[in-house]
Amino acid sequence: MFETLILMLDATMRVSTPLIFAALAGLYSERAGIVDIGLEGKILGSAFAAAAGAAIFGSAWIGLCFGIMASISLAMIHGFACITHRGDHIVSGVAINTIVAGLTVTLSMDWFGMGGQTPTLSGDARFLSITLPFADALADVPVIGLIYSELLSGHNILVYLAFAMVPMTFWVVYKTRFGLRLRAVGENPHAVDTAGISVAFIRYRALIVCGILCGLAGAYLSTAHNAGFLKDMSAGKGYMALAALIFGKWRPVPVLFACLLFGFLDAVAVRMQGVVLPGVGEVPVQAIEVLPYVLTVLLLAGFIGKAVGPKAIGRPYVKERA
Amino acid sequence: MSEAKVPAWVNIALIPFLNILLAFIVSGLVILAIGENPIEAAGYLVYGAFGYDEGIGYTLYYATNLIFTGLAVSVAFKGGLFNIGGEGQAYIGGLGVGLVCLALDHTMPLYIIAPLAIIGAAVFGAAWAYIPAYLQARRGSHIVITTIMFNFIASSLMVYLIVNWLKEDGRMAPNSRTFEENAWLPYLHELLSPLGIDIGDSPLNLAFIIALICCVFVWGLIWHTRWGYQLRTLGTNPTAARYAGIDTAKVTIWAMLISGGLAGFVGINEIMGVNHNLLLNFTAGYGFAGIAVSLMGRNHPIGIVLAAILFGALYQGGAELAFEIPTITPEIVVVIQGLVILFSGALEHMFKDRIEGFFIRRAVA
Repeated sequence: MFETLILMLDATMRVSTPLIFAALAGLYSERAGIVDIGLEGKILGSAFAAAAGAAIFGSAWIGLCFGIMASISLAMIHGFACITHRGDHIVSGVAINTIVAGLTVTLSMDWFGMGGQTPTLSGDARFLSITLPFADALADVPVIGLIYSELLSGHNILVYLAFAMVPMTFWVVYKTRFGLRLRAVGENPHAVDTAGISVAFIRYRALIVCGILCGLAGAYLSTAHNAGFLKDMSAGKGYMALAALIFGKWRPVPVLFACLLFGFLDAVAVRMQGVVLPGVGEVPVQAIEVLPYVLTVLLLAGFIGKAVGPKAIGRPYVKERA
Repeated sequence: MSEAKVPAWVNIALIPFLNILLAFIVSGLVILAIGENPIEAAGYLVYGAFGYDEGIGYTLYYATNLIFTGLAVSVAFKGGLFNIGGEGQAYIGGLGVGLVCLALDHTMPLYIIAPLAIIGAAVFGAAWAYIPAYLQARRGSHIVITTIMFNFIASSLMVYLIVNWLKEDGRMAPNSRTFEENAWLPYLHELLSPLGIDIGDSPLNLAFIIALICCVFVWGLIWHTRWGYQLRTLGTNPTAARYAGIDTAKVTIWAMLISGGLAGFVGINEIMGVNHNLLLNFTAGYGFAGIAVSLMGRNHPIGIVLAAILFGALYQGGAELAFEIPTITPEIVVVIQGLVILFSGALEHMFKDRIEGFFIRRAVA
C-alpha cells in the first residue's frame, strides 16, 4: 500500500511538471493583466521546436533553447496584439492556439515526413533521469529510503527545475521591484503610469517570462517526458494549467498545490482503470479525468471559496491624453 | 461620431478583405518556406473547392457546420459574451440528435424523427450552455473559462456514454449502431435528382437548408425584435442596459441558450446527415472554427454565410491540395484559420484605425 502510494506520487510529480511550468507562466502574464489562454499553443509550439532542435542537433539543451525561443515569439505576438494594438486577449489566445496546432503538423511533415511526428529522440537528445547521491545506498532503509530513492530521486532536471521555480516565482512576484510593478500593472495600471513607469514595457517583460516558462513546459513534454513530438501532444495541458492557476487563485504556492492535485488525479485515473471498488463498483476513468475542470467551475461559481483575479485583467491600457 | 464619415463599404468589405489577404499572404509564405509554389497550391485549392460538382457539394457541407457554429459565436458576441464552448455544445447537441434517432428509428417515419431530432439538438446544446450562462449571469464566473472547462467535461462525458452505454454490442469501435434509413436526413443530391438536377455525390444534406433558415432567424431576432435590441444594448454598453431597465442576467442567459442551441445543430448535419451513428469527436474543431467565421463575417448572418463558405472551401480545397501536393498537409487550413482570427480579431485595430483615419481625414479635407 505504502509503495503504491509512493509510486503514484512519483507519477504525480512527472505529470504535474508541465502544469507547474505553464501555470506559473500564466501567473506572470495574468498578474500583469494579460489573459493568456494561449498557454496551450505556446506549450505545443515549444514541444515541437524543442523536439526538432534536439533531433537535428542531437542535444536536449539546444532543443530547449529552440523551444523557449519559439514560445517567446508566440508570447510576443500575443503582446503585439494585446498590448500594442489593444486587441482582445481571448481572441488573440485562440488565434495563437489555432495557428500553432496547424503549423506544427505542417512543418514537421515537411521537415521529418513522419506523419506529423519528429524522429524518436535518444541519448543526449533527451533529458534523462538523474539519480540523486546515495539513492541506491539508501533504497533499503525503510520508509525514508523509499521516499528518497523512488519519489525524490530519478527524475530529470526539468522536474526539479519546475519545483524550484515555485519559490523563485514567489520571490520575484512578492519581494522584488519588478514583482511589485508587475502586480500593480495588473491591478491598477493608471497608478503605475502616473509613477512614470511604462505599463507596456512591464507587460511585455511579463510575457517574456511567460514565454520562457511555457517553453520549459513544452520542452519537458517532448524531450523529457516523451521521446519526441507527436501531433497535438499538449492535449489540453495549457487549459488545465489555466484551471490550476485559477484554482490556486493566482498565487504561486497554492498554484503549485493545484497542479499537484490535478497531476495526482491524473495518476489516480490511470491506476483506477478497470479497478472495481468494493461497494461502489467500477469507477469510470472519465469521472476522475473531469474532476479538475469540475472543481475549477465550482470554484469560479463561488461554491468552494472565491476566485478573484487581478482587477485590470483583460483590459487594454489606454494612456490618457488630456 | 467619427464613424459616420467612414464609408460603409470600408468596414463591410475593405477591412475584411485586407485581413483575409494578409492571412493568405502569410500562409503563402509558409507554403513557400516548405518549398512549394503558393500560386500552384492556391490553384489546386480553388479547383478542389469549386472546380466540380462534388467539390462544391463538399464545400457547402463543411460550410453548413461553420454557419451553425459561426452564428452561435456571433449571437453570444452581440451580447458581449465570448462563447468559446461551441465545441462542447455541438458535441452534446449531437448526443441529443443521436438519442432521438436511436430511440425512434425503428418505429417512426422521418417526418416525425427530423423535427424531434432538431429539437433534441437545440435542447441539448442549449442545456450545455445553460450552466456557464447561469454562472456568468448570477454568480459572476467568467464565461470564457467556464465554457472552456465545459468543452473538456463534454468530451469526457461523451467518451463515457458512448463507450459504456451506447456502443454497439460486441464491437470494438467506439460508436453507436447505425441508424435505420428512415432516420437519415436526405442528401440534397437525392432530393434534386428527381427534378432532373444533378449536383454530384456529396454529403451535402438538408441541414444546409436548416442552416440558411437559422441565418434568417438570427437576423430577424437580433435586428428586428425587442429582445434583439436588448441584446445589442447589453453588448455595446452593459451599464446603459442596466440603467435602461433591461434584465441583463436574463438576456445573458437567453443569449447563451440560443448560442448553444445553434451550435448543437452541428449534430444534425454530422450525426443525422452524414455519419448516421453517434461517434466520438465528430465536432472536429468546428466549434473553434466558428470563432474565425464569426469574426470574419463581422457578426452578421450574410457575412457569416460568406465566411462559412470561404472556410468550407478551405477545408475541401485543403483536402484536394494535400492529395495533389503530398508535402502539404490539410492542417495548412488550420494555419490559415488561425491567421484569420489573428488579423481580423486580435489585430483588428492595426488596420482599422489607420484606414478609418485615412477616410476621416479625406472627408474633412
